Amino acid sequence: MTTAGHVLKIPGMCLVTLVGISGSGKSTFARSHFSATEVISSDFCRGLVGDDENDQSATKDAFEVLQFIAGKRLAAGRLTVIDATSVQAEARRSLIALAREHHVLSVAIVLDVPEQVCAARNAARPDRPFGPHVLRQQHDQLRRGLRGLRREGFHRVYVLSGETDIAGASVQREPLWNDMRSAHGPFDIIGDVHGCFSELVLLLDQLGYQVAADGSTAIHPDGRTAVFVGDLVDRGPQTPAVLKLVMGMTATGSGLSVAGNHEAKLVRALRGKDVTRSHGLAESLAQLAASPDGFGGQAAEFMDKLLGHLVLDEGRLVIAHAGLPEAMHGRASSAVRAFALYGDTTGETDEYGLPVRYPWAQDYRGTAVVVYGHTPVPEATWVNRTICIDTGCVFGGKLTALRYPERELVSVPAGQVYYQPARPLGEADPAGRSAGPAGGVSPAGELGSAGELPPDRPGAASRTELSIGDVLGKRIIHTRLAGGPVTIRAENAAAALEVMSRFAIDPRWLVYLPPTMSPTTTSSEPGLLEHPAEALAAYRSAGVTEAVCEEKHMGSRAVVVVCTDSAAAQRRFGVAAASAGAIFTRTGRPFFSDPATEADLLRRVGRAIEAAGLWAELQTDWLLLDCELLPWSAKAGELIRSQYAPVAAAAGAALRAALQLTETAVARGVDAADLLGCLTERRAQAALFAAAYRRYCWRVSDVSDLRLAPFQILAGEQGVHALRPHSWHLELIGRLCDRDARTFRRTAAITVRLGDAASEAAAVAWWQLLTAAGGEGMVVKPAQVVHRGPRGLVQPGIKCRGPEYLRIIYGPEYSAERNLSRLRSRSVGHKRSLALREFALGMEALERFAAGEPLYRVHECVFGVLALESEPVDPRL
Amino acid sequence: MDSARGRGEALLLTIATTYVPATDLGYLLHKNPSGHHTAELSAGIAHVIFPVAAEDRCEAAVLLDIDPVGLVRRGRPDQAQFSLARYVSDRPYAASSLMSVAIGRLFATALSGRSKERPALAATPLPLEIGLPVVPCRGGATLLRRLFGPLGYDITAEPLALDEHFPEWGDSQYLAVTLTGTLTIREALEHLYVLLPVLDDDKHYWVGGDEVGKLLRRGGQWLAEHPDRDLIARRYLRHDRRLTTDALRRLTADEAADPERDDAASDAAEEAAERSVGLHDQRIAAVVAVIAASGASRVLDLGCGSGKLIAALLKLGHIQQVTGMDVAQHALGAAAAALHLDEMSPRARGRVELLHGSLTYADERLRGFDAAAMVEVIEHLDAPKLEAFELSVFGFARPRLVVVTTPNAEYNALFDGLPPGAFRHPDHRFEWTRAQFGDWAAAVAGRYGYEVTVAGIGPEDPAAGCPSQLAVFRR
Repeated sequence: MTTAGHVLKIPGMCLVTLVGISGSGKSTFARSHFSATEVISSDFCRGLVGDDENDQSATKDAFEVLQFIAGKRLAAGRLTVIDATSVQAEARRSLIALAREHHVLSVAIVLDVPEQVCAARNAARPDRPFGPHVLRQQHDQLRRGLRGLRREGFHRVYVLSGETDIAGASVQREPLWNDMRSAHGPFDIIGDVHGCFSELVLLLDQLGYQVAADGSTAIHPDGRTAVFVGDLVDRGPQTPAVLKLVMGMTATGSGLSVAGNHEAKLVRALRGKDVTRSHGLAESLAQLAASPDGFGGQAAEFMDKLLGHLVLDEGRLVIAHAGLPEAMHGRASSAVRAFALYGDTTGETDEYGLPVRYPWAQDYRGTAVVVYGHTPVPEATWVNRTICIDTGCVFGGKLTALRYPERELVSVPAGQVYYQPARPLGEADPAGRSAGPAGGVSPAGELGSAGELPPDRPGAASRTELSIGDVLGKRIIHTRLAGGPVTIRAENAAAALEVMSRFAIDPRWLVYLPPTMSPTTTSSEPGLLEHPAEALAAYRSAGVTEAVCEEKHMGSRAVVVVCTDSAAAQRRFGVAAASAGAIFTRTGRPFFSDPATEADLLRRVGRAIEAAGLWAELQTDWLLLDCELLPWSAKAGELIRSQYAPVAAAAGAALRAALQLTETAVARGVDAADLLGCLTERRAQAALFAAAYRRYCWRVSDVSDLRLAPFQILAGEQGVHALRPHSWHLELIGRLCDRDARTFRRTAAITVRLGDAASEAAAVAWWQLLTAAGGEGMVVKPAQVVHRGPRGLVQPGIKCRGPEYLRIIYGPEYSAERNLSRLRSRSVGHKRSLALREFALGMEALERFAAGEPLYRVHECVFGVLALESEPVDPRL
Repeated sequence: MDSARGRGEALLLTIATTYVPATDLGYLLHKNPSGHHTAELSAGIAHVIFPVAAEDRCEAAVLLDIDPVGLVRRGRPDQAQFSLARYVSDRPYAASSLMSVAIGRLFATALSGRSKERPALAATPLPLEIGLPVVPCRGGATLLRRLFGPLGYDITAEPLALDEHFPEWGDSQYLAVTLTGTLTIREALEHLYVLLPVLDDDKHYWVGGDEVGKLLRRGGQWLAEHPDRDLIARRYLRHDRRLTTDALRRLTADEAADPERDDAASDAAEEAAERSVGLHDQRIAAVVAVIAASGASRVLDLGCGSGKLIAALLKLGHIQQVTGMDVAQHALGAAAAALHLDEMSPRARGRVELLHGSLTYADERLRGFDAAAMVEVIEHLDAPKLEAFELSVFGFARPRLVVVTTPNAEYNALFDGLPPGAFRHPDHRFEWTRAQFGDWAAAVAGRYGYEVTVAGIGPEDPAAGCPSQLAVFRR
């Protein structure tokens, strides 16, 4: 409790409690050593709630506000200083509890200033009408509490006595011990060794370390650092040798280690504490007893100093023996250490009296990679940016290392079974936790008795992979493509939740949803709403030099996931499905209600990919295709029969009768010639309407009547293909069509040089040809897919629909100039903005999926597309 | 004629007579047979011409000129704002409520039974032939005959094919109709005025309280005697139960009802009466009994819908907290309204919580409950979602008691009007037999460490069992 040199060293993240009577200069001290926002004063909070900083009746509310603000700051990991008298132990207790709750250290700085000085200062301030008895009482309380401050729970206590000490003091912030952000590795993180020295040497050798002949250290020529996840000791044959090597590597700077629960227990045993000598502890004690004199003591000292967890590489990598949730990264408290050593136990037990352990990794949503051990698994598997690399070497499994940042796994098999596991390694948990639906992926085959914890009981840790918090409420999604973050409003998310939950396919298949597409700006050509001229002009003015015009097929959008076999589906999508793929609509629903039809079509697609050699060429066992599936009537049959055909039937019959009777009336001399002319025109339009939808209907009795028109290969094992030039896609897809012209329909396309009048005119002529032949129209796309113009990202595609197709959309009589003139007032702005945001989200989903990111990160984007689709937009656009 | 507005018209109604002199039809309709008459409607223009005006036969034709673009722009509050149905519409071509409006506007005098020139004839039944080339009719020719037959018409009705290019699509819901009979012009017009929207079962405008008045005014003479009076009133008033009850009461001059009676109470009473089986109430009672007996104090109602189970549970004194969750936000709104959440005292309000959520996702909010109920929920989940639900409820939330009800498919055969193999609700993804449900329940119980018992709810049939089934999981 001295202040030698008056340098107050405090952790960079902590809660500082200033202790001192009224007038002792706390606020002045706080101002000179901390930034204004770091300091929360009780006076200020009194003012907030009571309009008067000295209104003592507001004290209770003021302290609640103070605690609330301090809590928010600590949750965010910000150093916080409490400027209140805090002379009573009771007042300090709640602050210490708050610090613990947020796993930060507590520091007390006491300003012990003589009462008379304080009284004089207070007297100079009209707002502090305290009598001398108040100060005396405070001072007594302060004095009484001084001695017990450490016991109260402050990790550091500084007492500054008198004005000189206070004036001369300086505050120095230090990083926490576990804060090794500045260490960038590269690292080789090594799983639970458990005394398996020979496997460790083999593994280090395989990783490129040079192990000293006497086993005293190992060094990597490239300066890599080995990081041990703890549980170096117990069970295995050579605990002392392992300790010696790791201690040596730590001393030479080529190694780091965190504490495991076995080290913690071994230290207690070595220090003479009474512990149960189970789980291989007895072996360690015997081996250490046989070691040279003094080694046991050195080892105990080494193990005792091991930290619970380490934060490395600018906070991007966290090492903890049993894992660590994000809120505990870089924090210090006994709860943090307990979690790091023993995992997510709550003390709760199930009906068998066994501890319930929670699947923290499945809930993990942090950005840092967490590497841990503790629970043996047959294979190290990523779960939400966490990975358990304890592959049960001592039980006859293997010793595994994770190379970071390479993220490569390197293993050596165990020489033998050194210790008999209670349950064979790799056997699934009796709870059937290994593969739940919609993900219940959890570290499978935990060996319950491997740690100090008995096996988890059925279901205790089960949950689906996605959490409601991943989708509900207002969300802000950062994408690679969009200029700024994409915001999903809470009400849109709520709407999407219903669609996603009730109608969408298994979210593990749903790794992409296509964006909406904007039509071209409205044309003013007579008789037309849309014409390619505006689309070409839009791209030209955005600086696009080359565009691709693709034929637009009139069917239903279909996204096809196809895998070589169900093993590939299981490996890449985590879905155990016989069909090895899925076909879904633009809102994520299954395209076919009949699984057999889907399976049949998937088989045909798979065969064509195989025959065209695309599996090999793209080095993948799965592909994601964006397609149009024809005919329109296959999916939209119900809509056509309930919406389009009735209009045509009614119009036909009503106009036929009207025409006939009006002719009779006119023949009789009634002046209704105008009426007759109009009816004739209207009847022609009704006939065109019927012809327009009929073109896109044909009978489908089985899969062979369907036509699939892929236009993009979205992604495969090599990564996202969607951003490759359109020519690449069409060439590869063309080869599918060559192989199976019955299943696949080719997408015709031409290239346009923008600014070249002849080339643009050719595009317009091509569009006229397509639409005159009954085609829906075409989509104009920048040839290089992603283009940033002066106003940011340009539309990935603009559709130009033909006049007859638009009759289906706008009604039989839309083309009459009196109707067109009103319909032209449509605005495409909102649709465009949505199209861009959805495009950015869709591509982001693909990028995340291709990079092997956790499902919730992919689903966030896919859900976002669906949410944006619930925005009210004119569906005719 | 105002040719600038002439967009061409679809013929929707002809009225002909063979009364001699037939041209008196012009006097009765207050339209000169040699002219071309128009009347402005909010949705367009109505025209009347007379294709035939001879001594032995005179025929008036009503053509409606509906502005399809204008129809879209005006919108209708009860339709989803951006549903495609608004853009491609049969309204300009079919005799619907728009025709009723036109009849009211064109033939107001005739509808009131007056005629300046032929007052006696207006009250005289005449041989009439009414042609309706396109009548939208939900219920087909059978319903048409049921509605017009008792009013004294001979009826011919031919369904229109949906599309002659696709005969397999079958007939449309439109009929080409001819009605012949001896009636007064007023009667014929009233019948059309009321029954065209009834056949269509739709209205182009929002149905409000004044519709009751219109129905009584136009149907007062004949509707009370009509065997399908209830159906007509219900459809005319667009299935609004409150309006329908109101109209029926006034039609039947049933004055017993207490005018002060609260609407909601009468709704509830009717609803209860309507469900003669009362199966849903029995289900709720069965679930409540299980929960009450368990002594659970914090209960989850997953898929709470409009909150019936919540309301029943809140009546149990020892229940401290009921949390209802539903995936449909509108259901939660309905539950909040039905439970009168806004008017609850703070203490009562503190016992209820409504959550928007989905069992597809893990949800921390579902932990810490003693019991969970899922009344008629699982059959709305398809296979992968059902597995996710099992994980969420039995694996993650893990209450000591889980109560699940679902239909018994075997009992469907005993329901009238349910075709074999059909489900009770279009959104059902499956309906299980007792054996299927039992297998599922046993498998889930085994997987997640629960004990399970299965029972039936509702009247038991010796062969098919009970209409609904209940599984009680305990751990």
